[in-house]
Amino acid sequence: MIGRDLLGIEDLDRADLERILETAERMQEVGTREVKKVPTLRGRTIVNLFFEPSTRTRTSFEIAGKRLSADVVNFSPTSSSLTKDESILDTARTLDAMAPDAVVVRHKVAGVPKRIADALAAPVINAGDGAHEHPTQALLDLLTVYQEKGRIDGLSVTIVGDVLHSRVARSNIYGFLKLGAEVRVAAPPTLIPPAIETLGVKAFTSLREALDGADVVMALRIQRERLDGAYVPSIREYSATFGLDRTKLRFAKDDAIVMHPGPVNRGVELSHDLADHRPSVILDQVRNGVALRMAVLYLFAGRPVAAAQEG
Amino acid sequence: MPNPHTPPSSPTERPTAQRPGAPRSGDERVVLDDTAIRRALVRIAHEVLERNEGQDRLYLVAIPNGGVPLARQLAENLRSISGLELPVGILDTTLYRDDLTLRGERPPLRRTEMPSAVDGRIVILVDDVANTGRTIRAAMDALMDFGRPSGVQVVALVDRGHRELPIRIDYVGKNIPTHARELVILRGRNGSLEPPLEVVVVSKGGDA
Repeated sequence: MIGRDLLGIEDLDRADLERILETAERMQEVGTREVKKVPTLRGRTIVNLFFEPSTRTRTSFEIAGKRLSADVVNFSPTSSSLTKDESILDTARTLDAMAPDAVVVRHKVAGVPKRIADALAAPVINAGDGAHEHPTQALLDLLTVYQEKGRIDGLSVTIVGDVLHSRVARSNIYGFLKLGAEVRVAAPPTLIPPAIETLGVKAFTSLREALDGADVVMALRIQRERLDGAYVPSIREYSATFGLDRTKLRFAKDDAIVMHPGPVNRGVELSHDLADHRPSVILDQVRNGVALRMAVLYLFAGRPVAAAQEG
Repeated sequence: MPNPHTPPSSPTERPTAQRPGAPRSGDERVVLDDTAIRRALVRIAHEVLERNEGQDRLYLVAIPNGGVPLARQLAENLRSISGLELPVGILDTTLYRDDLTLRGERPPLRRTEMPSAVDGRIVILVDDVANTGRTIRAAMDALMDFGRPSGVQVVALVDRGHRELPIRIDYVGKNIPTHARELVILRGRNGSLEPPLEVVVVSKGGDA
């Protein structure tokens, strides 16, 4: 049952995931029209509350909201005083007093969207919190894979890279497992969370073994500051061992697709060639992001408060 | 506190086979069987031709789910009567409904497929059951987002007549006076919309 907030894929069951994906497939049609706008959320206000800069996700939510005719307001407090919990909730409460119909939250600290949701009347949609979850990214990845492969059940998905710090990886692990895929992760041992296998995934330190028979290969973005010795010896070594190119991709299935949540460090996680061409589907992921976020806003934003809280 | 699992029935509620939870235990009577539905669609095809004489830029647009099999049958009838090959579109009205903010649970979206431009064409909207007129209003708004039709006409297999908006149905299969507490459902075999089709009136009883 879809609840008031969308905080993480961990909270959703299979039926919820399927419902969101089906809704997103219908929303894709709106994006093909000459007038790419429907009146569904007319008179509703959506606040993008981004404590951490993100042009791509924020823009995607903004376009999604506008295609549903909502008024979208971007609020990006950057002052360092806002890192304190008290001020975060204070900001959120101030926004809540303006009666938004949904608040989309991104913060570098895990759990902040949940804390904001507990304090607000409006539904909260997590747009990424620390290394915890990034549910809409995982949902758009699921949609992309479903449309490429025609199914998710029984697929083999390999996630490559900085799993330790990646909310994208976590949300995708939950999502793919709940929809019946097998999930493997591949990374240097320093970037694999210690208890990752308790989630039901297999961890590999050999990319070749992890890719064997994979239908989907998802490369994660690696922050440059993690490449200078603490986690991996050097960019060159990381890229030589875990960077994907066409040669390494041969270990996966012939029709494997390559994904990346963006922005790509070209020549690090993916070769230049793979970043731009099939079988990578990176621009499809971006395109699907708008329809998926329309679906999320349709299902979560602007419902009657009492019903949304119970639901 | 309303239970979100059973959304309140609303004027735009469009019960069709898409709602398998429709009560079977309640009083149920068949008001149109498959033969009567076919006969009505043949008559409507003739009426459409008569009214739009010399006009070949017609476009049948079904309102899902119930309108879809009816529009297909109507297109077939028009082809066999006059040789006209008409495009058939499907237009979901859910995103244009006027009661979305009143409901806790958002209704599922249905497929929209508009294979042909609407500009300069006479669009014939095809619905299974007309009642308040709110679905037709939503369909007309949706249609205008696809372009500027030269005219819009409406087919309804059943007209219940409880109009809440100034909307006229141009072609009616059958007028069926009903109580507001009754549901009128077009359905096919095993809850699908495959023939044989029938229209039933179900009394909602106390809890639906």
